[in-house]
Amino acid sequence: MKERGAQLRAWLFILPALVLLAAYLVYPTIQTFRMSLFGGAGFNPTRFVGLRNYLQLLTHDSLFLKITRWPPSGALVNNILWLILFSGGTLVFGLLIAVIANGTRLERIVKSAVFLPMVISATAAAVIARFLFSPDASVGLLNAILKGLFPGFTPVAWLGTSEVVNFALIATGVWIWTGLSMTVLSAAYKSIDTQILEAARVDGASPWMTFWRISLPILAQPISFVAITMIINSLKMIDLVLVMTVGGPAGTSRVIGFSFYWEVFNNNLVGYGSAVAILMLIPLAPLMVVQVRRIRRQESGK
Amino acid sequence: MKSIDPAARTPGQLVRSILVILLAVAWLVPTLGLLITSFRPQADIATSGWWRILAAPRFTLDNYAGVLTARHFFMNFINSFIITVPSTILPIVIAALAAYSFAWLHFRGRNLVFLIIVALLVLPLQETWVPVLRMHSRLGLTGHFLAIWLAHTAYGLPFAIFLLRNFFAELPRELFEASKVDGVTEYGIFRSIVLPLSVPALASLGIFQFVWVWNDLMNALVLLQDLKKFPLTVAIQSLLGSYGSEWNLLASGAFISMSIPLLVFFLLQRYFVQGLTAGAVKG
Repeated sequence: MKERGAQLRAWLFILPALVLLAAYLVYPTIQTFRMSLFGGAGFNPTRFVGLRNYLQLLTHDSLFLKITRWPPSGALVNNILWLILFSGGTLVFGLLIAVIANGTRLERIVKSAVFLPMVISATAAAVIARFLFSPDASVGLLNAILKGLFPGFTPVAWLGTSEVVNFALIATGVWIWTGLSMTVLSAAYKSIDTQILEAARVDGASPWMTFWRISLPILAQPISFVAITMIINSLKMIDLVLVMTVGGPAGTSRVIGFSFYWEVFNNNLVGYGSAVAILMLIPLAPLMVVQVRRIRRQESGK
Repeated sequence: MKSIDPAARTPGQLVRSILVILLAVAWLVPTLGLLITSFRPQADIATSGWWRILAAPRFTLDNYAGVLTARHFFMNFINSFIITVPSTILPIVIAALAAYSFAWLHFRGRNLVFLIIVALLVLPLQETWVPVLRMHSRLGLTGHFLAIWLAHTAYGLPFAIFLLRNFFAELPRELFEASKVDGVTEYGIFRSIVLPLSVPALASLGIFQFVWVWNDLMNALVLLQDLKKFPLTVAIQSLLGSYGSEWNLLASGAFISMSIPLLVFFLLQRYFVQGLTAGAVKG
């Protein structure tokens, strides 16, 4: 009897959290999956269409995926670009700054400067980026700098040209998120035992070799943590695209998250948009497993 | 502190310092540009870049006065607080209760439920918006602040539970056992032992959640559905989207919205970074 009372009390402590998680995360996700099988306009699609939304998305929606012409384009392709360049960029810059700033007198200032964009909203970042990327060389800093360096340079509409818009967006994303990657990697780098590095030096290893052969392998764990975090963030990306370009010009900067938002809230196609949301879960599902595995490993390692 | 950097022992010390400075400048300049822009007269903003202030040092507070009086901006600013404060306190309270149970109480299915919560950390909120909107409308919550408070609370829970549970689990066992012998209830232990010892973790989490909700655009945009209740982020977003953008209002508006998290960041940097790096996936 005493045991049952203890069980009951333990459940009471988690009950409010469970109710909210079920009502706001678990059940809605199941509902979204169900809705993705229905078609038509409006918020309560009732016409069952099976997998037709998915088929349409992958084969007949050129803004989502277009593979009939090289190079392939569409939200899905843009998202792959994000995944590679955003994750790679935050990782490389984060590691670079963590390592070269380490131990210098300017370390704290540099780290604060790089971390600062993490603190501001995507909306504010979008305003900053609008100024930076302005096509007018007398207002936009990037065009002004390029014009200063190369007098014959024609100003580029960074956010208004389909060939460059994705890179401008990703660069803004990297500017925001490098602070996180830098902080995690810097803490890990500082925890490397200096004796190991000292021993390598005494044995005649060059600084580069020490970094590649010793520091980097030791950092493998935190690097994979940052990489997974950034991959997840790139797959969820939505707000930056919405505020900076609204997916434009002509839909060329859409990402999966944005397509969902646009289909549901602009085109009023709830079933179709839900299919987009569910497609987004496919690459995220294995990452969920990875996360859970890592936590379990940590637990058993304790 | 002894440098352990590979480049430190090469003659590249100077090169390294220069590179560090360049990176810091590159990261700071866009934000600094916005700050300067927000104090320039409207005509100057439209015709020249902020780096021209040296040639024409004209400053004004008009943009700030303009944005606070026009377009409901002041109301949006207040809304940001109305949305953020309960959305910070509620998830911490609810998560602390759950985290205590996950860390120190024993019940069947404990590990499974905890791992499901960890998995939810990865779930994009997009998956939930439409059904949540429908639920809110069935409950008559659409357009009420309560709707966004509840949503932010639920969305913040996986991270909050994860962070607090890990912190609670590190507390020394002896503390609990002595109290249990003395007949203190579970809730008594939670209130009088666990919470007071966990102030640093609660602070980190609180700061993180505050800044996250303050900066949130998507949840407010999707779930509030009422112009009069929108926070600053949505107000600026709609200004960005309107034709012939009023750059002067955008600059000052954006800076007002940034000022609160920046203040929190500079005053409580250590806690903030701790909270953010502890689990690091949200949204």
